[in-house]
Amino acid sequence: MAETTYREAVRAAIDDAMSADERVFLMGEDVGHYGGCYAVSMGLLEKFGEQRIIDTPLSESTFTGAGIGAALNGMRPIVEIMTVNFSLLALDQIMNNAATLLHMSGGQFNVPLVIRMATGGGKQLGAQHSHSLEGWFAHIPGLKILTPATVQDAYDMVGLALQDPDPVLIFENALLYNAKGELDLDAIPLEIGKAKVEKEGKDVTILTYGISVFKALEAAESLAKEGIDAEVIDLRSLRPLDDETIMASIAKTHKVVIVDEGWKSGSLSAEIMARINEQAFYELDAPMSRVCTAEVPLPYAKHLEDAALPQADKIVEAAIKTVGVS
Amino acid sequence: MNLTIEKAKEFYSKMLLIRRFEEKCIELYSAQKIRGFLHLYIGEEAVAVGLMDALSEDDAILATYREHGHALIRGVGAKSIMAEMYGKVDGCSRGRGGSMHLFDAKSRFYGGSAIVGGGLPLAVGMALADKMQNRKRVTVAIFGDGAVAEGEFHESLNLAALWELPILFVCENNRYAMGTALQYTESQTDIYKKAESYNIHAKQVDGMDVIEIAKAAARAVEDIKDSSKPVFLECLTYRFRAHSMFDAELYREKEEVKEWKEKGPLVVFEQKLKELGLWSELDIEAIEAEIKDTIDDAVTFAENSELEPLEDLEKFVYSEVSNG
Repeated sequence: MAETTYREAVRAAIDDAMSADERVFLMGEDVGHYGGCYAVSMGLLEKFGEQRIIDTPLSESTFTGAGIGAALNGMRPIVEIMTVNFSLLALDQIMNNAATLLHMSGGQFNVPLVIRMATGGGKQLGAQHSHSLEGWFAHIPGLKILTPATVQDAYDMVGLALQDPDPVLIFENALLYNAKGELDLDAIPLEIGKAKVEKEGKDVTILTYGISVFKALEAAESLAKEGIDAEVIDLRSLRPLDDETIMASIAKTHKVVIVDEGWKSGSLSAEIMARINEQAFYELDAPMSRVCTAEVPLPYAKHLEDAALPQADKIVEAAIKTVGVS
Repeated sequence: MNLTIEKAKEFYSKMLLIRRFEEKCIELYSAQKIRGFLHLYIGEEAVAVGLMDALSEDDAILATYREHGHALIRGVGAKSIMAEMYGKVDGCSRGRGGSMHLFDAKSRFYGGSAIVGGGLPLAVGMALADKMQNRKRVTVAIFGDGAVAEGEFHESLNLAALWELPILFVCENNRYAMGTALQYTESQTDIYKKAESYNIHAKQVDGMDVIEIAKAAARAVEDIKDSSKPVFLECLTYRFRAHSMFDAELYREKEEVKEWKEKGPLVVFEQKLKELGLWSELDIEAIEAEIKDTIDDAVTFAENSELEPLEDLEKFVYSEVSNG
């Protein structure tokens, strides 16, 4: 066990995967000579050469499609897209090719592709660099959507995704790259599709993912002072969702707050609420509640941006209200 | 190219197979046996036949939604293509693709893509993988003139040239992007010139002449294998039918279609064979009879094929090994 940053954990995972399997390569904007937009790939060019750490032009659609083509033809590409906003230029390739080729070909052509991208607001980057669109991608059958919150997951999920025969998208919250945590390189990773109970509790379940896991843990500490024992679950995988862990927690606490970095309308939190309604309605002792990003394009000014994003105090407020209702 | 009588028969039979196969498709569409969009290749047969002649079985093909001809000549099989159009389980995509999404792993036929230009980035990646693994293969990207307006066309040509990838770009310029003539959509209607601007060796060929295409494609494949650089072929062709079965074809004069039909690929080839004194050696009746049998067998096969069981609806969304 060693303390490391989230950034170093992702880099170590790519390094290890490339050392272990010659088919793995990294491709994206600024990944090589620049060292990675978020410095994730710093040093990898020197180690693996420009045949395997490939700088691309600002052509998101085509280099993502090229990743799909390389995956179809025997490679194990990792495509890095600088931010989720730019992934919209590649949405055609992700949706119409990566997600559909296996099905449309009647099972003949699978796409073992990994796409990593930064997501999330909080760095005053304005509306075109700050959104959290992972919930949109989680809508699409054929894709798997991972959202590592911890340093351990940041490392493990790259390896898990590369072992998967289907396209896996990994959303790394940009604010987490400097976060530190314990990394055990030999730990047996949790499977794709398994959520993790980060903190056990009996009074209310807080379901979330990514950076909001830490906001939820902070909220749980405040709630403890109010005498409320919150359970915090890191969903980890937005598609598939771990219904089993979600429903088991609700059967214990009977109350739920969902924290989603996306917008409330048509969001992942809406999907989770619908599933709870379908599968665990009679376990509920109070209306379900959620904390989402305000329905605005993320503003630049810090006070406005902070107000728009889910924060620990709003989670506390939502949890108190939910528990109080019963 | 030395045109032997065997090659002449092969080319003629293959072009006629596409023609007759698609004429049968029209019939079956009218009889509502085939549904969905149906984009016919009639008039463009020389491109598929000439091109496929130059390829080896290791090469990979990515085509468009007007791909029956490419698939037939590549060897996907008339039976499995017809069963696919019927939406049957024996179809080359198990009934999940239809006319626009023919796939076949054994002949390295990677679709059948219905997003204009969407296959071009995949071709870049396929060729990149070959280059990284030191395989002497060619990836062929077939697309229409409509794809030229897409950003992916330009991004893909740039990357293929920049990374020196073994790709054969084949533009089937049939003059119309759906129902809009090229001069209304492109500032430069000589498409090969766009490729040249990316430092790609590019050539414009008569897309109605199967021999010209076969020669150009063979030369291109040789160049690609020697240099590991992309080559671009613009084939000037014409579709005799509408864009799809839903198209009322109000955008072009009947006279224009008639003129092009007079220089259609079968007509041109017949003329050439006459000049070479080979025409009389072709037993046209026997060729027609053989094709009729192939198509009849395909229809019978499709009629008798089963539908995929409903409980398999959710199969192939994820690979079997990862299906929880």
